[in-house]
Amino acid sequence: MSDIAIYANGLGKRYRIGALTRQTTMRERLTYAMKAPVRWLGPNRNASSSGPRDFWALRGISFEMRKGEVVGLIGRNGAGKSTLLKILARVTQPTEGHAEIHGRVGSLLEVGTGFHPELTGRENTYLNGAILGMGKREIDRKFDEIVAFAEVADFIDTPLKHYSTGMQMRLAFAVAAHLEPETLLIDEVLAVGDIAFQKKCLGKMSEVASVGRTIVFVSHQLNQIRRLCEKVIWLDQGKIFQTGPTAQIAGAYEASMMNRSDGSAHVEGAPEIRNGFVSWEILEPRAENPNILNTLGTVRLKFVLRLSKPVSDAHHGIALYNHERQLMWGWGANNLRLAEGMHEFHYCFPTLPLRPGLYNWVVSLYDQGREIDAWSCLPEMVIATEVHQDRRDDWNGILNVPCGFGVRNLENAADAETVASARGKSV
Amino acid sequence: MAVPQTHAALAGAQNEFPSVHIAARRGWLALDLPELWAYRELLYFFVWRDIKVRYKQTVIGAAWAVLQPLMTMLVFSLFFGRLAKIPSQGLPYPIFYYCALLPWTYFQTATQTATNIVVDQQRVITKIYFPRVVLPISAVLSGLLDFAISFGVFLVMMVYYHMVPTRAVIWLPAFTLLAILTALGVGLWLSALNALYRDVRYVVPFLVQFWMFASPVVYPSSLVSEKWRWLYGLNPMTGVIEGFRWALTGHGQPPGILLAASSAAVLLLVLSGLVYFHAMEGTIADVV
Repeated sequence: MSDIAIYANGLGKRYRIGALTRQTTMRERLTYAMKAPVRWLGPNRNASSSGPRDFWALRGISFEMRKGEVVGLIGRNGAGKSTLLKILARVTQPTEGHAEIHGRVGSLLEVGTGFHPELTGRENTYLNGAILGMGKREIDRKFDEIVAFAEVADFIDTPLKHYSTGMQMRLAFAVAAHLEPETLLIDEVLAVGDIAFQKKCLGKMSEVASVGRTIVFVSHQLNQIRRLCEKVIWLDQGKIFQTGPTAQIAGAYEASMMNRSDGSAHVEGAPEIRNGFVSWEILEPRAENPNILNTLGTVRLKFVLRLSKPVSDAHHGIALYNHERQLMWGWGANNLRLAEGMHEFHYCFPTLPLRPGLYNWVVSLYDQGREIDAWSCLPEMVIATEVHQDRRDDWNGILNVPCGFGVRNLENAADAETVASARGKSV
Repeated sequence: MAVPQTHAALAGAQNEFPSVHIAARRGWLALDLPELWAYRELLYFFVWRDIKVRYKQTVIGAAWAVLQPLMTMLVFSLFFGRLAKIPSQGLPYPIFYYCALLPWTYFQTATQTATNIVVDQQRVITKIYFPRVVLPISAVLSGLLDFAISFGVFLVMMVYYHMVPTRAVIWLPAFTLLAILTALGVGLWLSALNALYRDVRYVVPFLVQFWMFASPVVYPSSLVSEKWRWLYGLNPMTGVIEGFRWALTGHGQPPGILLAASSAAVLLLVLSGLVYFHAMEGTIADVV
C-alpha cells in the first residue's frame, strides 16, 4: 500500500459569472432566454458584461500529500483556498481534473454544522457528530470526553438556544475535535472562542496531527499555520504559486502581503518633504526581500534618515515589537550631532532569536526633547527562521533558540554521558 | 494510550469508507445504494431531528398531528357530505373522509417538507458532504410518525362506528409504501427545483391544493367515468386513496386498473426524480 494520502491532478473549478445559475427566479431565467437570441445576433456578444462569463476559481491544481503530513493552504482572499478545500471535502465538484483521497475523510469547514437551537446540548452532540461522519456508537463512546472538553457538563440537557455563543462554539469544536478520520480538512475554524479556548483547540489539533493523521489546514493566521504545518501550499489566483517547507513559504507570503499594503508610501511617496526616517532594510543576510529574516546568525540592519536641517543634541530610540505590540527589545543613543541631509543608522546583532512571525521596528529621533520623527517601520520585518521550540501552544515562548541537550550520571563515572532514556535507572 | 483505540476505530471505518474519488460526476441515478447504506445513521439522525423539532415550543405538541386531519374531516363531512350529498360508497362520512385524509395529509406534509429541505439545510449542504438524496428521503420518512398517530385516531373511530377490518387490510402497507414513494418522487423533483428557483416554494401550496381535487379525497373515484379511469389513475394518489378506503373498510372495489396505472406512474416519477436530483446534486452546493 502506498503512503500517498491525497493525490490531486489538474483540479479546476469554473464558476459562471452572470450565468443562468445566478438567476434565481424563473422569471429572470425566462427573461434571459428571451434576450439571449437578440444578444446572440448582436455585434459584440462576448463583450456584453451581463452575459455569462467564465471564471476559474481554481485551475490546474496538482499535488500529492503523504500520510501523516500536515499541510497548510495559504493565499489572499479569493485565491481559491476554500474552493480547493470544498472540492476535497466533496461539497462541490471540480469542473475538471480528479483527486483521490485514501481512507476516511472528515471535513471541518465550519464548527457546529447542523446545530439546532431547539435541541439540547446532548441531542446536538449526536446530530452534529452524525453529520460530521461519526456513528452513534462512536459518539456514545466519546460522549463524556466531548462534554468534558467543551466544559458544558452542567448544561448538557439544556436547549442550545440558552447557551452563550462561547458555549456553543466550545461544544461544536469539542465534537469536531473528537472526529477521527485518517484525513482531516480544516477551514479556519480555530478562530473561535476566547484566547484560552483557542489555545486548547490548537493544542488538541497538534495532538491530532502528532498521531499521524493527514491534515489540510486553511488559515489566514500564519502563526497557526507555523505551529501546525510542516509544509505549505501557497495559492494565488486559483493556481499553486509556491510549495515548500512552512518557514520558507510562510515568510515569503508574509513579505508579499507587506508589499501589497501601502507600506511603501512612506518610502516613495514623500521623500523630498520628509524630515525623518525614510526607509529601512536588512543588509545581512541579504534575502530576496530586504525585510525577511531567515537566519539565527548575525543580522545587520540599516535605517535611512533624511534631515532638512541639522540637529545638535539629538536622542535616537529604537524598539522592536511583535505583532501583539509586545515590546521585544528597546535601546537608545544620546548626544547625537547630525548634519543636514541623508544619514544611515547601522545596527548589528549577533542573533535575533525570535519566534517566526511579523515584527515591527520603531525608530525615533528627538532634538532637545522635541520629536522630529517616530516611525513605525514599514514594511514590517518578517522572521522566517526554522522553529526550535515546542509545537504545543502552552510551551512555545518568545524566543526561538536551538539548544543542545545531554544527561550526565554523577553516581557512575563509567556512564558519564548517557542519553535521556537512561535517566530512570540512575535515580 | 489513545492510539490503539484510534487505530481500531480507523480500521473499522476503513471498511465502510474506502478511498474517495473526486471528479466531475458521471452516471444517471442519484441512488448509490452502498453509499446510502453507509450513511444510514445520518438518515436516521435527520429523521430523528425533524421529529424532535417539529412540535417544540407548541402548547399541544403532537396533538397537531391529530387535529389537522380531524378538523378537515369534520369540515368535509359537513360541507361535502351533509350539504352537497356527495356519495360515500355507503360509508359514514367521517370514515369516508378520514380514510382519504390519512394518506393525503401525510402526502401533503411530506411533499412540502421535502420541497423545502434542500434550501432549509443549505448551511449543512455547503459545508459537509453526504449523499444529498438523504435529505428528501429523511423528509418523507419523518412524516410517518404523524401518520402513525393519526392512524391511531382512525382505530378509535372504527370502534365508535362498530367497524371491523376485512381481510383487505393486509394490503395497507403496500398502499402506504405507494404514498411514501409518491411523496419521495415529487419531493426529489421539487427540492432540486426549489434550490434553483425559489418560486417553487410558493407554487407548492397551490399545486397540492389542485392535486387534492384531482384525487378522490372529497369524492369517490366512481364519479369519474369508466372511460377515463385509467388516465385518472395516472395520478398516483388516486390509487393510494382508493386503496386506503378499500383496505381499511372493505367497501368499494379493489382498485385494480387504478392501482396498476398509479404504480407505473409512481415508478416513473421516482426514477425521473432520481435522475433529475442527480443531475442537480453536483451543483446544488454552488447554487443553493
